[in-house]
Amino acid sequence: MDDMRIVERTVQSQKSKISAKGVQVYYGTTHALKDVDVEVLENTVTAFIGPSGCGKSTFLRCLNRMNDTIPSCRVEGEIRLDGENIYDPRVDPVQLRAKVGMVFQKPNPFPKSIYDNVAYGPKIHGLSRTKAELDHVVETSLKKAALWNEVKDRLTAPGTGLSGGQQQRLCIARAIATSPEVLLMDEPCSALDPIATAQVEELIDDLRKSFSVVIVTHSMQQAARVSQRTAFFHLGNLVEYGETGQVFTNPEDPRTESYISGRIG
Amino acid sequence: MTDVSAQGPLPLSLLTKDARMNRRNSAETRFRFYGLAAIGLSLATLVFMLWTIFSDGVSAFFQAKITMPISLSAELLDPQGNRNRAEMTKVTTVGYNKLLAQAFAAELAARGIDTAGLKASEITALISKDAAGDLRASVLANPTMVGTTIDVELLAAGRVDGYFKGRVTRETAERDNQISPAQLDLVDRMDEAGLLQSGWNWSFLTNPDASDQRPEAAGLGVAILGSLYLMILVALMCVPVGVAASIYLEEFAPKNRWTDLIEVNISNLAAVPSIVYGILGLAIFINFMGFPQSSSLVGALVISLMTLPTIIIASRAAIRAVPPSIRDAALGVGASKMQTVFHHVLPLAAPGILTGTILGLATALGETAPLLLIGMVAFVDNYPSAPPDGFLDPATALPVQVYGWAQRADPAFIERSSGAIIVLLAFLVVMNVAAILLRRRFERRW
Repeated sequence: MDDMRIVERTVQSQKSKISAKGVQVYYGTTHALKDVDVEVLENTVTAFIGPSGCGKSTFLRCLNRMNDTIPSCRVEGEIRLDGENIYDPRVDPVQLRAKVGMVFQKPNPFPKSIYDNVAYGPKIHGLSRTKAELDHVVETSLKKAALWNEVKDRLTAPGTGLSGGQQQRLCIARAIATSPEVLLMDEPCSALDPIATAQVEELIDDLRKSFSVVIVTHSMQQAARVSQRTAFFHLGNLVEYGETGQVFTNPEDPRTESYISGRIG
Repeated sequence: MTDVSAQGPLPLSLLTKDARMNRRNSAETRFRFYGLAAIGLSLATLVFMLWTIFSDGVSAFFQAKITMPISLSAELLDPQGNRNRAEMTKVTTVGYNKLLAQAFAAELAARGIDTAGLKASEITALISKDAAGDLRASVLANPTMVGTTIDVELLAAGRVDGYFKGRVTRETAERDNQISPAQLDLVDRMDEAGLLQSGWNWSFLTNPDASDQRPEAAGLGVAILGSLYLMILVALMCVPVGVAASIYLEEFAPKNRWTDLIEVNISNLAAVPSIVYGILGLAIFINFMGFPQSSSLVGALVISLMTLPTIIIASRAAIRAVPPSIRDAALGVGASKMQTVFHHVLPLAAPGILTGTILGLATALGETAPLLLIGMVAFVDNYPSAPPDGFLDPATALPVQVYGWAQRADPAFIERSSGAIIVLLAFLVVMNVAAILLRRRFERRW
């Protein structure tokens, strides 16, 4: 993969999938995220970059309400998925998470078989009525995650027995098996070697055809390689958000420029 | 420990050790020695304890018995002659005692054993006082035996048994009003003639307790059954409540002052002396709620109160040890909290919960003090009936039986007491092995 072919990457869709307005996040008394406005477009890879502790993962976890599991966390403002506020009291976060899948930093397959790992989501959501349907879902998900050829002969083997890169792709397969509309990825490659990273990145580009992908990453090269739009967070503020080419080659804010050129962060 | 202050430059060669290095090495050697000494000391204590118990207690499993034919005379046992059980119960153990005495005298004469100088009562005293009752029970269970001659195995009296085990000697017999040296001479002659044998004693495991006068007949039957009932009830009450409580506290409860308070209290409850629970049980379950005294149900309720904190603490630790990434993964694919817990967290925590539970039950099995207070220390001669009614019947438990026997005056009960400890230890070993096996079976890596 050539590093900076960002100019060739154009955003095909302008349709908004998620729109966040005035999002504030507090952990107890700490104001972790200040007044963030972001539009995530359909069929687009959006990258969140920024130094550690800048709030990018926090914001990502707001998008499928994983922050609800942290007792001290409080979210204000509004985040709309297809025009519906996901923080509306009528929204059940469980239903939301079926629509907004998530892949975590550390590969975390269930200590079950590869098949059961992928089939778990469809099973609990009742997405497939028969065993054949379920088999089909598992196969297509694994194929989309570019793992099928490696594991098709050992679907009953434990998912935890795979290599790190395979485990992460298994987690991606698990996330896309529930056919979500948005896929959130929290530094999905930070625990992987360069080869596995390249595979996952290629995968992300493929996944864009069917989902909106939001990816948090520490690596600016990775953001540049996979994303169409980039948001730069710093100290809890959204500093700059725009097309990746724009942000990387011609940043508007001096802080973005310093970060990208390696002077801060 | 003393390597804080720098002491001169490092030595030039790696092949020589400086004083500091020597000190550090000897400190380590000393530490290892302390550790080994501590382990050695505890092992020695354990070996000594087991040796005392086994050397005292193994003999309880063997018993001197007299085997002889008895003709069950019909006119004595069934005067009406119609083998009606209700009528036959009118013949009490007194009648059977006469029968036994006659048969014993006849057998001694038949074998040509000299009984000169001994009164008839001194001769029959060699047979256990329990023998007549046993014989009566087996005849009543099977009335057709009347009129026939059967071979019976009768328990020898406790002193005779003690003589075989070396507890009773001629010197002690001089001072003993239950046996005399002349009687022991007769025992020797019976032994030579093959009338007396020492053999494996099932009745130690099956018989109920017996009075002070007949230690040879005392058994653990009621205590084992009582302990079994206790364990069943404690497991039924503790496991669901304990696991549910720990899941709720660990996964669902809001983290606030109240949960902290509950947590502190659970830890404190685990440290409350067990006798306090006994008083509580006496006051609440027996005096206030009116449950029957000495019953395994009340015992189990009290022991459950005692065991619950232990089980909750162990289960919470097991649940907490499940990596949070598994919870994230499940929530991330849209599992509800409940599904996350029951599909992923609980299976991973199961080995820990099981081990904690079984170890809690093992502690409960050995618990004595609270049972004393709710009356399970009573002399219980009848087996509790089958569950569920039997849970309300008076029963006793193994550790209480050990305590009860250790208090009796007759040295024969000391042997029984140690024997009961062996049975209790065997149960504990079985439970611990079960805990290890279950752990292996369910353990999964992540």
